[in-house]
Amino acid sequence: MRYLPHTEQEIAEMLQAVGAEHLNDLFSTIPDSCCTLQQLDLPDPLTEWELNEHMSGLAASMAVAPEAKVFLGAGSYDHYTPAAAVQLLSRGEFVTAYTPYQPEVSQGTLQAIYEYQTLVTRLLGMDVANASMYDGASALAEALLMAVRVTRRKKVAVSEAVHPLYRRVVNTYFHPTEFEVVEVPYGKDGRTDLSRIGSLEEMAAVAVQSPNFFGCIEDLQAVSERVHTDAKTLFIVGFTEPLAYGLLKSPGGHGADIACGEGQSLGIPRSFGGPGLGMFAAKMTYVRQMPGRLIGQTMDKDGRRAFVLTLATREQHIRREKATSNICSNQGLCATASAIYMASLGGTGIRGLARLNYDKAEYLKTAFHDAGLAVAFGSPTFNEFVIRFPEGSEQTYRRLLEKNIVAGLPLVRYYPNLKDHYLLCVTETASKEDMDTLVREVAS
Amino acid sequence: MNDTVGTNGLIFNEPLLWEKGAPGRTGFSMPRRDVEPAALDETLAGDGPDFPDLSEVDVVRHYVRLSQWNFSVDSGMYPLGSCTMKYNPKTNERQASLPGFTGAHPLLPEELAQGALQLMFELQEYLARITGMDAVSLQPAAGAHGELTGMLILHAHHAKQGRPRSKILIPDTAHGTNPASASLCGFHSVAIRSNEKGVLDPAVVAEAMDEDTAGIMVTNPNTLGLFEENIREVAEIVHGKGGLVYADGANMNAVMGVVNMADSGVDVLHLNLHKTFSTPHGGGGPGAGPVCVTRELEPYLPIPRVALGEDGRYRFSEDHPDSVGKMHAFHGNFGILVRAYSYIRSMGGHLKKASQLAVLNANYIKEKLKGTYHLPYDRPCMHECVFTDKNQQAHKISTLDIAKRLMEYGFHPPTIYFPLVVHGAIMIEPTETECKADVDRFVEAMKAIAEEARTQPDLLTEAPRIPKVRRLDEVTAARKPCLSG
Repeated sequence: MRYLPHTEQEIAEMLQAVGAEHLNDLFSTIPDSCCTLQQLDLPDPLTEWELNEHMSGLAASMAVAPEAKVFLGAGSYDHYTPAAAVQLLSRGEFVTAYTPYQPEVSQGTLQAIYEYQTLVTRLLGMDVANASMYDGASALAEALLMAVRVTRRKKVAVSEAVHPLYRRVVNTYFHPTEFEVVEVPYGKDGRTDLSRIGSLEEMAAVAVQSPNFFGCIEDLQAVSERVHTDAKTLFIVGFTEPLAYGLLKSPGGHGADIACGEGQSLGIPRSFGGPGLGMFAAKMTYVRQMPGRLIGQTMDKDGRRAFVLTLATREQHIRREKATSNICSNQGLCATASAIYMASLGGTGIRGLARLNYDKAEYLKTAFHDAGLAVAFGSPTFNEFVIRFPEGSEQTYRRLLEKNIVAGLPLVRYYPNLKDHYLLCVTETASKEDMDTLVREVAS
Repeated sequence: MNDTVGTNGLIFNEPLLWEKGAPGRTGFSMPRRDVEPAALDETLAGDGPDFPDLSEVDVVRHYVRLSQWNFSVDSGMYPLGSCTMKYNPKTNERQASLPGFTGAHPLLPEELAQGALQLMFELQEYLARITGMDAVSLQPAAGAHGELTGMLILHAHHAKQGRPRSKILIPDTAHGTNPASASLCGFHSVAIRSNEKGVLDPAVVAEAMDEDTAGIMVTNPNTLGLFEENIREVAEIVHGKGGLVYADGANMNAVMGVVNMADSGVDVLHLNLHKTFSTPHGGGGPGAGPVCVTRELEPYLPIPRVALGEDGRYRFSEDHPDSVGKMHAFHGNFGILVRAYSYIRSMGGHLKKASQLAVLNANYIKEKLKGTYHLPYDRPCMHECVFTDKNQQAHKISTLDIAKRLMEYGFHPPTIYFPLVVHGAIMIEPTETECKADVDRFVEAMKAIAEEARTQPDLLTEAPRIPKVRRLDEVTAARKPCLSG
């Protein structure tokens, strides 16, 4: 086996050195009652070439572009990634390194993540960003738990227009605790209904997502003002499509205390939902309550600029059960991927690309409207929006699937009151022609 | 030792991203605009982020230079204890980058995603067979996420019995993340001392275990590299009081094809695919931390679960009312699952040989170095061995100095100062993918360093000199945090 370098001769020499006769003797401290696996019941090993064939076969069954036209967003977005970014990310020095515990021989990872943290703070308009969380959902759960720690209050409010799968993860994290999650309904315009937030007196945080699950851009200024009528309550802004902040005013610009979400759209393949990137940023006031790794700038003993993991006293390996989180491995390589992508775009590029995405989605939305279909919510949107399909939409949806077109996400499974409503997404990768075909097919 | 693996070489200084570039440059091929600009409510618009404008060449040189400042498994031996820094096969990367996988949307209708579902279903099966457990969830995104899932399962189980419990036993040789994972579920950790042999004493467990204790979190093999030989008795004690045994399987690389975890008394086990199953660590993730359980605990696994229908189609199943819920927005770190699956399909029954050779390498190092470095537990070890700096303390040389000097010999340092149960720990895990010649070179380097500690201690206290930077001022970094530029 090509990953096992030992020759029989070397094994014999090494066994002799350790005073064992056979490899099995090395396991003499394990009681027989634990060693009941007679042999590994696994398929015979494949050669590299057989594996290629097998895996290509599995991958071939998946509906992906360009053969399939997939108008799905909902937290996972199709964007072009430069070949340079893909190549750089495949460098073994990044891919096969561990968490940078030994800074002298990890400066590549450390500077890359420090730069990532910086780009994230600039994108979101926040003071400080961590080195990443698992995904947008766990980032939101950890943000809410952080708000509970900061305020010592026991309730959090989450908008119903936050990604429904994120809310389920939040509920999982909160279930064993004594803390309570309340949901704030959305209004007819598809935005969080501020009049339903209720009393903030006991509330640790209010979390909205913008653009929200329906693609609607929340009125963050209004939410911020409402939330900050209570001096203690934290305002959390979530997101699934951070590219929007190439164009829109940032969460920090609206007074967010914590901004967190999914960074997959920044140069990370969709990869059936993972690995993605949990982005997490906050005001500096709260840095010592933040979860996750932080990279800081310092100097080496010769006075050269250098980077190092810092503020570790918040973390599980030092603070043990009093840590701000249990997170250890995060999504470091994905953070690096997104930094490479953001660097490739630059300030000018991200603004141009975000605008192109906005315009494409507006084109499709208008085309549906012009074809006589109802746009469900009147608020401005980014990349995604909800369309009410004509009666019998399920048959339409299935008919399009047979033509290799995925006409968005049926919302009824997440919002039972939104029967016949579909969440549609386009990015820069959708051509005008594909969009025209979609509208024609749905309307016919 | 003149002929070391580590040597001087030309690397490049490189500024921070925003210290280079020029406004108007770009590294991105802007897609063709085939639609007209639409109206935008200007009150929503911002100024756009203050990112530097860089050319493609700027970006490429930047990251290539940064990468050259890293030590990695691809460049050398990385004997970081409890981290299993084995070789990461390149074919796994090829498989994970197949467009059918990378381009797949997580909410595709099931009939359009059969390949991914089949892969996940089969991987669950393989992990169950390798561990002896009955059912598996692939959703947790990392080891600590798997631990949290495991603790949620314990919590849900006790709640279902109508008897919520408040405590959890955690041995002093467990992994560092364990107490924090337990406390997220509201469990109060009770520390359990290991005995003079470095393993759990059933009598100590019996004394601590009561009916308000949810169970025990055992890392097995433990962080001293020792198999918890009393695990069955410990499990009987815990089960006798209605508790459950959670095993941290981060060290599973020692016992594949050897130990049946279920038969050893384990109820819940997490695995680190980025350790045992060869997926790369990425400089701090992404990993994957699948959770394996016995039949009895299967109802609590996260949803959706991947199932095979009677019609031969794979599907997601949501109808598990006792489930702890969802742990990840979608299906976990699927790209990592592809790599682990590829590894298992490449290795098959050779996985047992991998464990045997990992254990052989560790025992060989232990035997070769035990006259030079203090070995607190002189017993047959599993995949890693733990020394201390006790012999070098006489020369005012610490574990940290030894670690830093080792870099100059071309090796990544071992895990240091962990486990806490050993003062000045040097925890060495060579893994099976290091050949005898490289292991011998490592042993020679460690011996040479011990000699230097005696004769030229400055070489150690001033180390490292060769890498990009020397020792850092970590105190100022923490006192005056500078976390962005």
